[in-house]
Amino acid sequence: MRHAISVLVENKAGVLARIANLFSARGYNIDSLAVGETEDPSISRMTIIVRGDERILEQIEKQLNKLVDVIRVSDFLETEHLERDLTLIKVAADKNTRLEIMQIVDIFRAKIVDVGSSSLIIEMTGNEEKIKAFVEIIRPFGIKEMVRTGVVAMARGNK
Amino acid sequence: MKKTGAQILIESLLKEKVEVVFGIPGGVFLPTFDVLYDSPIRFILTRHEQGAAHMAEGFSRASGKVGVCFATSGPGATNLVTGLANANMDSIPMIAITAQVATNLIGNDAFQEADITGITRPVTKHNYLVKDVRDLARIVKEAFYIAQTGRPGPVLIDLPVDVQKAECDFSYPAQVDIRSYRPNYQGHPGQIKKAAEMINHAQKPVLYIGGGVITSGAHKEILALAEKAQLPVIWTLMGIGAFPSVHDLSLGMVGMHGTYSANHATQKSDLIIAVGARFDDRVTGRLDKFAPGAKVIHIDIDPTSISKNIKVDVPIVGDARVIVEEMVKYVAKKTKMTDWHKQIEIWKKDFPLTYKKDNKLRAQYVIEQISEITKGNGIITTEVGQNQMWSTQFINSKTPRTFISSGGLGTMGYGFPAAIGAKVACPDKVVFDIAGDGSIQMNIQELATAVQNKIPVKVAILNNGYLGMVRQWQQLFYKKRYSGTVLSGNPDFVKVAEAYGAVGIRVEKKSDVKAALQKAIKIDKPVFLDFRIEPEENVFPMVPAGAALDEILQGVA
Ligand SMILES: Cc1ncc(C[n+]2csc(CCOP(=O)(O)OP(=O)(O)O)c2C)c(N)n1
Ligand SMILES: [Mg+2]
Repeated sequence: MRHAISVLVENKAGVLARIANLFSARGYNIDSLAVGETEDPSISRMTIIVRGDERILEQIEKQLNKLVDVIRVSDFLETEHLERDLTLIKVAADKNTRLEIMQIVDIFRAKIVDVGSSSLIIEMTGNEEKIKAFVEIIRPFGIKEMVRTGVVAMARGNK
Repeated sequence: MKKTGAQILIESLLKEKVEVVFGIPGGVFLPTFDVLYDSPIRFILTRHEQGAAHMAEGFSRASGKVGVCFATSGPGATNLVTGLANANMDSIPMIAITAQVATNLIGNDAFQEADITGITRPVTKHNYLVKDVRDLARIVKEAFYIAQTGRPGPVLIDLPVDVQKAECDFSYPAQVDIRSYRPNYQGHPGQIKKAAEMINHAQKPVLYIGGGVITSGAHKEILALAEKAQLPVIWTLMGIGAFPSVHDLSLGMVGMHGTYSANHATQKSDLIIAVGARFDDRVTGRLDKFAPGAKVIHIDIDPTSISKNIKVDVPIVGDARVIVEEMVKYVAKKTKMTDWHKQIEIWKKDFPLTYKKDNKLRAQYVIEQISEITKGNGIITTEVGQNQMWSTQFINSKTPRTFISSGGLGTMGYGFPAAIGAKVACPDKVVFDIAGDGSIQMNIQELATAVQNKIPVKVAILNNGYLGMVRQWQQLFYKKRYSGTVLSGNPDFVKVAEAYGAVGIRVEKKSDVKAALQKAIKIDKPVFLDFRIEPEENVFPMVPAGAALDEILQGVA
């Protein structure tokens, strides 16, 4: 099972290494990891996507909580939440394919952010499924490069 | 008034009531050692930093305070790693201070630079690199707090040489406030009542106690709980001393070399009340066959220990002493011997710990005699191997902090420096390290530390000429092919002792054991006793790796 875990940590050197260590030492694999400052610059938020059964998830959360620099850990198991991931895709495009690609981009509400003579850069934001679907449709045109920020998540409403 | 980082460090240690530091200096530690020279802190110069780390841990475990060790940058710091890992596995508070190259050189592969905060991250509870002298006092305060609270553990502070020299105003913080670290001590009241209710209804309960009972000082409460509810008690290696080993309710240690009664009681129990123990694999044996009919109550300060190996029915997170004290109020007083108690009596009577009582010099006899002579009033440390397991079986402990052994990591070479640390903490107690001939050679150089600093520890070397425990496995499971386990190059331990200015006593006959031990205790110097024991003796009972707890090899008595 796939889980999104949100971790508030002290914004200090070494914290990321501690968290990475925790996962690698136990053989848990991280699908994606996004880190950034929060509204309080002394605190960072990490959004970590992991796979595993509930027992593993429980251990991961407890282990994270045990780290001295971790302020709070939450998962979104029972919380309605949004997930977003920003992806940049450089796709091959010439005058024959450019129009078709632009139409697909429109349908997915993505954006073209750079146009070269033989390629386009598309910026796409969404949850994982949407990005996956988009990538599959665009793939036949020839993806030259792709980067993703990793998933960030936030609970809906007042939570 | 402005002070240097070195002065701030030493004054902060004094504020934490540190009286003794173990360690070895080096180039980038000079500013601090210069301040240390005039301070009231007793510095014990060791011969290896691993020794310093184990001494600090032994000091912590014997005293309940926090041991401190110093090591210089690079190799000094890396030599601490085993000691830190050992303390971390056994949840023992300890402070390690390492010197570091100057901040402007960090990351440059400077001479004797090692990324010690990186290296020790997985083996410490927490660590710090001090980059600004203004942070130093706060960091020391936090380090002591973190080391001792929650589930205790070692904390390392890496202190660059320029920070030791830099100056700032000094005031030691009165309190710590770490927003990301707030250990919980109070157990959930509802869970405590629920647990008490389960104890009241159990037919076949066992109380399973570990090192957490000693850490939290819960031994009196555990005794009260066991006696009030008539709970048979089993313990882990780390829990030795938390409950008197001679007591009607005592069954002994559980696990691979646990007693027959402890292992069988666990397997047949309908309720396990675990307190400050973590169901380590050496305890549970084969997990899927572990105590199939038992519900589990688990009291632990560390939530990660709960439901990690064994599914727990009633978890209670908090301090063992606080929780058990509360729980005693809700359990019903029982007086009657039940069928369960009778069954346990039969197991205890039919399958006691024993060994062949002939005229040969056997390890078990030596340990029994050490137990007799010290009467539970001394401190016993052990090395690792057969010597350790026999010690768990034949030393009778009655009080916490008197049995000190490397549990989680199983570190050969631990017992001797740990004994030195324990003796420094408790100078009035007789301190014995029960050693193997292999293990003692891993930190034998610390004999010089004991001699120089007049620390009269006694080392009982159970000299079997083998890495005995490994040889035992080879005998039982690898057709007696003693690959890499023969110690034919052993030195003459009596001469080694004498060469260091200590005393050596050789014992070859069973009838000489008592007199030799008495003599060793009387001598006010470190003593090595070289017991030439039966070389191919094995530790029984034994649960082979991968077997269930009640699939016990009894061996021959
Ligand atoms: C540092 C370290 N290296 C290796 C081992 C593996 N090991 C466990 S017991 C043992 C043999 C110990 O020999 P000795 O000290 O003579 O004790 P004995 O079993 O003979 O009593 C070894 C090599 C260990 N536990 N620790
Ligand atoms: Mg040996």
